[in-house]
Amino acid sequence: MADQEKETAARQGWMGLLARAPEAALMALWDRVEERPAYDWLRAPETGGVMVRGRTGGTGAPFNLGEMTVTRCALALADGTVGHAYVQGRSRAKAEAAALIDALMQTEAAERIRTRVLEPLAAQMAERAETRAARAAATKVEFFTLVRGED
Amino acid sequence: MYVAVKGGERAIENAHAWLAEERRGDISVAELSLAQIREQLSLAVNRVMAEGSLYDPDLAALAIKQSRGDLIEAIFLIRAYRTTLPRFGASRAVDTGAMACDRRISATFKDAPGGQVLGPTFDYTHRLLDFKLAAEGAVPPAPSAPPRREPTPHITEFLGQEGLIQPEPEPESEAVPRDLTREPLEFPADRALRLQSLARGDEGFVLGMAYSTQRGYARNHAFVGELRIGRVTVEMEIPELGFAIEIGEVELTECETVNQFKGSKTEPPQFTRGYGLVFGQSERKAISMALVDRALRWQELGEDNLGAPAQDEEFVLSHCDNIQATGFLEHIKLPHYVDFQSELELVRKLRREAEERIARREAAE
Repeated sequence: MADQEKETAARQGWMGLLARAPEAALMALWDRVEERPAYDWLRAPETGGVMVRGRTGGTGAPFNLGEMTVTRCALALADGTVGHAYVQGRSRAKAEAAALIDALMQTEAAERIRTRVLEPLAAQMAERAETRAARAAATKVEFFTLVRGED
Repeated sequence: MYVAVKGGERAIENAHAWLAEERRGDISVAELSLAQIREQLSLAVNRVMAEGSLYDPDLAALAIKQSRGDLIEAIFLIRAYRTTLPRFGASRAVDTGAMACDRRISATFKDAPGGQVLGPTFDYTHRLLDFKLAAEGAVPPAPSAPPRREPTPHITEFLGQEGLIQPEPEPESEAVPRDLTREPLEFPADRALRLQSLARGDEGFVLGMAYSTQRGYARNHAFVGELRIGRVTVEMEIPELGFAIEIGEVELTECETVNQFKGSKTEPPQFTRGYGLVFGQSERKAISMALVDRALRWQELGEDNLGAPAQDEEFVLSHCDNIQATGFLEHIKLPHYVDFQSELELVRKLRREAEERIARREAAE
């Protein structure tokens, strides 16, 4: 059971990373991987909307904020391994790559995919986030207390 | 009344061809790319996403290009596109407390944990035209500082710890909120429906409503308790997987107002809240939304109905949607020949009758 939870957590991790990844960054890394296993579509790429919810006051009851575009697909490798993708945006190519990576991550190719695609992708995205956070930190106000009164 | 008439096909076709040519403008000037619009007119893109109610910066950029920069027309295009998308489901409610903040300020607490982070703001600029922008030139990189690692807590939490602010009702049941894109808007609306409507409402209209409360039409003494802009991840349960995954990341602006409240028959004196949440970087809209949200809560807080427009949910929600408004407004320019013909007949008849009456009276005298 604990093993399965760990597997699920790992899969949530890479699926989330692929969903959030900028298409250009993902495809540049994916294009360098030679592995292109044969597969059959279980569900061809399809673009749709997901209603994004917020909470009243940030913590209260949910409300509908607006939709975002998502593309999803599912495929099966020749050995029956199933790969799923739900990725942000409208790119079929990105969804296909994400589903193939999800499938390969469940096979013995996992380690190669992890080091060649997922880890560099995660590093690029972390660096981008870090750069923004550093810009924000530089705009933090340092207050000075002025000398007041005559004591 | 609408009557099918034929004619005008050639004129319409030619008008559209000319529109395309005018959209392109002077061909000796380089054409705008979608990437340029997305990156350099990002606040316009944000507005189109917020009011189009669809988060997709590339589509919003396309809509802005197609509409020649008419943002309401661009929002119309996005709304129309949105209706063609199958709905995959709804996300879990986003956790704005975990936001990666570009900006986070409070007008009420100077020393809030996380501090006052200004972000890329227009505030404190002198609003003087910068003629350097008229010439092309590289922008020097903005300074950096060691980034904050921990999440930035919501400021109202601190007031909440002392019980000085009304708590948000616990989401005891994750009841499915009403969705005005799926069912017609009906009154009374609950707060969730009001917030959805305001989040996609016209920025100018919501701003005007909010301003009216500041000028005294249901004044609610708002302070900006907190304003934050940044990115949050969006998660959704995937039925075929049996677990939730992140499906993307959106930029949001969130505003919480802290409002003076003397207490009422049902509530003790305490601060109350207004809430605004909008796609993209759009703080004017988020603050406006929070003020109007607070004004619309008069009933729940046991306040008096002052008859102010911002307290009237039927008035606010029925008129804040710029696509409904412009659709109804602009349809009156389309051919109403038969309608008008009958009006014309009526006026002629009334005039004839009036003239006859006068003639009869004069004859009698």
